[in-house]
Amino acid sequence: MNMHSLILRTAGHFLLPLLLLFSLFLLFRGHNEPGGGFIAGLVAGAAFVLYLFSMDIAAARKVLWIDPRSLMGGGMTLAVLSGVPGIFRGQAFFTAQWWELAVPGLGKMKLSTVLLFDIGVYLVVIGAVLTIMLTLAEAED
Amino acid sequence: MLYAILSTFVLAAFSPWVHRLAGRYSGWVLALLPAALFVYFASFLPAINAGETVVIVTPWMPGLDIQLSFLVDGLSLLFALLISGIGFFIISYAGRYLEGDRDLGRFYVVMLSFMGSMLGLVLADNLIAMFVFWELTSVTSYLLIGYRNEDPKARKAALQGLIVTVGGGLALLAGIVMLAIAGGSYELSEILNSGDAVREHALYLPMLILILLGAFTKSAQVPFHFWLPNAMAAPTPVSAYLHSATMVKAGIYLLARLNPSLGGTEVWFTVLALFGAVTMFLGVFLSFRSTGIKSVLAYSTIMALGTLTMLIGIGTETALLAAMTFLLAHSLYKGALFLIAGILDHEAGVKDFLQTGGLRGALPITSALAMLSALSLAGVVPMLGFVAKEAMLESVLEAPGLVPVLTLLAMASAILGVAVAAIVGIRPWFGPRVETPKRPHEAPPALIAGPMVMAGLGLVFGLGPGLADGGILAAAARAVNGGVPVETYLSLWHGLNWPLAISALALVTGLLLYSRWDRARERLAWVDIAARFGPERGYDRLMDGIVRISEWQTRLLQSGYLRYYIMFIVLATAVMVGVTAQIFDVSAGPLRLQDLRFYELAILAVMGASALFAVLSQSRLGAVAALGAFGFTVALTYVMFSAADVGITQILVETLTVILLVLVLFRLPGFLGLSPRLIKLRDAAVAMAGGGMVMLLLLSTHNAREFPSIAWYFIEEAVPAGQGRNVVNVILVDFRALDTLGEIFVLALAAVGVYAMIRFRAEDRK
Repeated sequence: MNMHSLILRTAGHFLLPLLLLFSLFLLFRGHNEPGGGFIAGLVAGAAFVLYLFSMDIAAARKVLWIDPRSLMGGGMTLAVLSGVPGIFRGQAFFTAQWWELAVPGLGKMKLSTVLLFDIGVYLVVIGAVLTIMLTLAEAED
Repeated sequence: MLYAILSTFVLAAFSPWVHRLAGRYSGWVLALLPAALFVYFASFLPAINAGETVVIVTPWMPGLDIQLSFLVDGLSLLFALLISGIGFFIISYAGRYLEGDRDLGRFYVVMLSFMGSMLGLVLADNLIAMFVFWELTSVTSYLLIGYRNEDPKARKAALQGLIVTVGGGLALLAGIVMLAIAGGSYELSEILNSGDAVREHALYLPMLILILLGAFTKSAQVPFHFWLPNAMAAPTPVSAYLHSATMVKAGIYLLARLNPSLGGTEVWFTVLALFGAVTMFLGVFLSFRSTGIKSVLAYSTIMALGTLTMLIGIGTETALLAAMTFLLAHSLYKGALFLIAGILDHEAGVKDFLQTGGLRGALPITSALAMLSALSLAGVVPMLGFVAKEAMLESVLEAPGLVPVLTLLAMASAILGVAVAAIVGIRPWFGPRVETPKRPHEAPPALIAGPMVMAGLGLVFGLGPGLADGGILAAAARAVNGGVPVETYLSLWHGLNWPLAISALALVTGLLLYSRWDRARERLAWVDIAARFGPERGYDRLMDGIVRISEWQTRLLQSGYLRYYIMFIVLATAVMVGVTAQIFDVSAGPLRLQDLRFYELAILAVMGASALFAVLSQSRLGAVAALGAFGFTVALTYVMFSAADVGITQILVETLTVILLVLVLFRLPGFLGLSPRLIKLRDAAVAMAGGGMVMLLLLSTHNAREFPSIAWYFIEEAVPAGQGRNVVNVILVDFRALDTLGEIFVLALAAVGVYAMIRFRAEDRK
């Protein structure tokens, strides 16, 4: 799989953290500007795939640090759990809950179950993309 | 009431442990529940006999207005008492009969579940609940017929019973839905009051046919009778309980229950009376020429079921009371006789009447009870069977039509019935002693108690028919008559009349026939040949046909070639959508090409060129790249219509797809043009059909807006209700979060699928 390209390898090293940061940016701005969990997840997935192409599978797995299948499971769990708080307030499952947090020096910050749900989507998308890609890449050996 | 029915299922779940704890007494311990239920049901008797109808409603899903409701009137109470009363003897009998059997624990589970299902079936007020219990009895019956699951014959018989009864059940489901539409409710207690509306409804005939299919298959009416004798592969207590006293009468219960709504029409009378009478005659005829103890009894059960159907069809007040009396009489004597057949098997090791003879001395009590029950079967004074038979003959003679046919069949059946009763009541006990496989000895109390009580009750009710009449039968007949009390009553002595004359004639002729039994059987050997063309043959043909068709269609559709799968999917979608569009007269809106801007035209041109390149390219990588280019132009159109999120997603998905395809294509051999021209043209046609269908669909959805768009709702509510300015995202994660949850679940599932497919194949190779 290794492309043996110096340029690609060097670029991969630098692009991975940048793309991951970009995906987080997309994730958090998603509620008001174009972005969101699905898109962010695809960007992060693509970032890891780029890394996979520029290095090799072992390196990609190492930098990923966690098995992509666990990412899917964790994401699904988070997404389902984000629907639960509504029930405790006597509302329907998945009714969005919002809290406002005052962060010293930064002003007010909005937290919500919606954000948790979006993070769940984000994780599932990364997990699914990487599970498929890594499995296919490993099958070649 | 709900707890009464639930208790059987709860006990069923725990019965293996009870069995392990109580050991050889487990039958008696478990039989305590049916006994308690019998007492509970009996407590309804005074109210029901006073003319009341009790409806018990338990809220189930109050939000959806679905409730569990139970209807207690004379009819359901008669059945409930029979089920729990006979159930008591059956369970205690089975504990002794199957003692030491390694699957006895499992037997109790299924048997008690069956009891609960049967109680639910006869007591349910809600049609859907009744149907669920109906199917449960079919399933438990399947498990019980196939109890000896190492025996291929038992398995085949079990499957046959299941397919016939469940097939009828499907028809029944459609029938009761129509009934509920016509009657305006799913509650029986309400439908029964709207009989005229049901009978005059346009759906009356299809509804009747479907419901009768359900009832006839369950109650083994011609031509569906063949499964019942085969069901005798079950252990004897099961045959006695399910295939004689209770389950097969579910169809009769249904007919009797719906008589106030569906009955009273010409069709109802003709169909029920004719099918019933033919079943009655055929049953007793086949019974007469059988020699296996259980098959003689099974065929005579078919006769009884036919008689009941005929009586309900006749539908006069005498006939309805006769039906209820016959139902009780038959359950008592046939239950007893089956249990006696079990005793003969258990204590003497015989299964065929030809192996028996002169057993009176060895089994004095059993033989006396057998004779008593046989008297009831023959319809001889002073048994309840006699009362029932007289009432039956009287109703046939007074039937609203078809009197000659019905009388002839009834008379012939009465004659053969006496002969069959003689086979059962005389053959094993008198004459020279025949050596039996086991040394015969009298049965233990657990086995003899049931026949004793049942035969005894047959005698008591025969001597004092008023006891049974006032006790429950009049109330049952009133329920079948639509709540109107019947004007007739039962009595042992009706005076010198035609029914009595027929009975006397039948007794003499029947005994004469019995004395020529061996020769008559030889004469009737042709029936075996005729049976090869009977309905069972049809069943076998049908099953073979199903296997052949499924083999054929599997070979056709599951070819293992991806190209054929894709072709079938695309073609099927195109054809189905196309036909639907034709039916609903969907047409594409006008194409306003003059509105196109030049950059839109440019994008279209790139799109077309890349699609064309993808199709014509001689290199796989080239085709993939062209597809990628095509995807990016699609993303561009999204952006043009200011759907930024969708556009970004499209670009990302497109990128990943290309990478994915490259990963796969990497491993394929070089591109070769293997398909001949004709195949290529065919594939092109399929592709054009699929693409053209999608295009037409898109164009037509554009000008077919039947409801106001909900887009504005989302746009207006996104900030106040969703606290976000990105409407697409607010919809995804808030308004329609449940949909998104489903989508990410599918995504995860697809990934797991890919993982499993590739990993397991890799392991197989090793």
